[in-house]
Amino acid sequence: MIEVHGFSFTYAGTATPALRDVDLKVPKGQLCAIVGPNGAGKSTLCYALAGFVPHFFRGELKGQVRVGDRNVPDTPLPELSGEIGLVFQNPFNQITGARFTVLEEVAFGLENLGVPRAEILDRANEALRLTGLGSLGDRSPYALSGGQQQRLAIASMLAMRPRLLVLDEPTSQLDPAGTEALFTHLRDLTSSGSMTVVLTEHKLEWVATFAHRAVVLAAGQIVADGEPREVLASPAMEALGIRPTYYTQAARAAVASGLAPDGRGRPLPVTLEQAAEFLRWR
Amino acid sequence: MEIKVEAVTFHYPSGVLALNEVNVTVGAGETVAVVGENGAGKTTLARHLNGLLRPQSGEVWIGDWNTRQKSVASLSRRVAYVFQNPDDQLFARTVWDEVAFGPRNLGGTPQQVETDVRAALERCGLLDAVGRHPYDLPAAERKFVAIAAALAMRTPVVILDEPTTGLDAGGVERLGALVEGLKQEGRTALTITHDLDFCAAHFERVVVMSEGRILGDGPARQVLREAALLQQAHVRPPQLIALAMALGFPTSPMTVPEFLADYRRYTSQRSSPQ
Repeated sequence: MIEVHGFSFTYAGTATPALRDVDLKVPKGQLCAIVGPNGAGKSTLCYALAGFVPHFFRGELKGQVRVGDRNVPDTPLPELSGEIGLVFQNPFNQITGARFTVLEEVAFGLENLGVPRAEILDRANEALRLTGLGSLGDRSPYALSGGQQQRLAIASMLAMRPRLLVLDEPTSQLDPAGTEALFTHLRDLTSSGSMTVVLTEHKLEWVATFAHRAVVLAAGQIVADGEPREVLASPAMEALGIRPTYYTQAARAAVASGLAPDGRGRPLPVTLEQAAEFLRWR
Repeated sequence: MEIKVEAVTFHYPSGVLALNEVNVTVGAGETVAVVGENGAGKTTLARHLNGLLRPQSGEVWIGDWNTRQKSVASLSRRVAYVFQNPDDQLFARTVWDEVAFGPRNLGGTPQQVETDVRAALERCGLLDAVGRHPYDLPAAERKFVAIAAALAMRTPVVILDEPTTGLDAGGVERLGALVEGLKQEGRTALTITHDLDFCAAHFERVVVMSEGRILGDGPARQVLREAALLQQAHVRPPQLIALAMALGFPTSPMTVPEFLADYRRYTSQRSSPQ
């Protein structure tokens, strides 16, 4: 689905590349999480996958970004918009300001794609329900709380049903229940093969619970890539500025003080379930 | 400085009832985290404390000031507010001017302003960025500029609205150190957050909100273990407490060493793990 090859990008007016020689292949139906410290290049990678780099954010580019059968840097943004969806980190950058209600906001993209009216309503209402905004369809987007606006930005993209959905820190303002609901839905969409998802996330517990794969970016380069638990429990993460979950920290401390045996080759736990299993005395 | 919110009700013009008879008192020097689902009314409550919103019924007291009788400008001498989204707050052309705006308007001498601004920038790790335009900084650094601007006011009350949003591990650690600093100085700190791990690490008291009401309020150690109450507000216990509960410990460990001590105590009688 995605093939990024030898991709580097330097924003206009800056000297340091935001991404350096990135290679990344994501098969169809994968939920791929990108983790990394602030400034690692996560958002730039999101923009590059969705075409905002280089079509909106200009700069110097090398290498290839292919999504499906398109070379993204050569394809104008309007042609990408039906196939690739991007949820911005800050929902305020996404809400159009051109619509009066939450329902109209979610319908906006579909109207522009020329989707029949009845289908627009079905898809928009479904997206609102999935993001927990079902009862707020009549409200102004500006009468929503910060977290509700983030849900609206996500709903607008879910309704578009893109083949590739890219989400840049989609849960930063969501409450934990909303975060879990979103991840569950994204996992279902990807596992059924109807969507491929790439998202950035700081909360490693969610990545380890739901993502098929974790890719670690640091200083513009991919430094680790693999099964989430294996990648995220690795002691190498801390040096990269990525704090392990408290589950990993607790297990590591218990092993180090001889209270628990080491994993006998198994990685340390990253999630609650894994930690309880790892530390339970029988 | 004490904060008193007495039977405050607030509807937005859209008709949304955001606060429904809310009562809460925060003692001088207390650190309080307000948690709860998206749309629970947390930010609306916080905006009543610096006068951005006025209660439609009930009263809000900041020390001996009733917010109804004070302008936002006057209240800014007592309450500094860091917005959820720094872009709602930042407007100056350089980081220095941004942070100096508040202290200058408080009428300090240039020397005092300089001292306060420098101290705030240093605490936020921004001394190297004084000449930069805030919008040329990455989002996480802009957040610290907003926090520095609040700290430079040297107010007795500081409000942090979702301060951990978008911060990586290093950023959350820097932020935690700032909260500890506020505690040491005896300032009252109130945060709104979904990050209950951050809350457990740095805040003494937790207020749980849902649908404009306060569902629970008490010492962090106690409230953060009440899974059913937290679930009602769409949040969940912090990781170490969740793990202690999953292992059947009756404790609320807030740090890894505390967890380890509990683990040692409650597993020592048994034979061997796994």
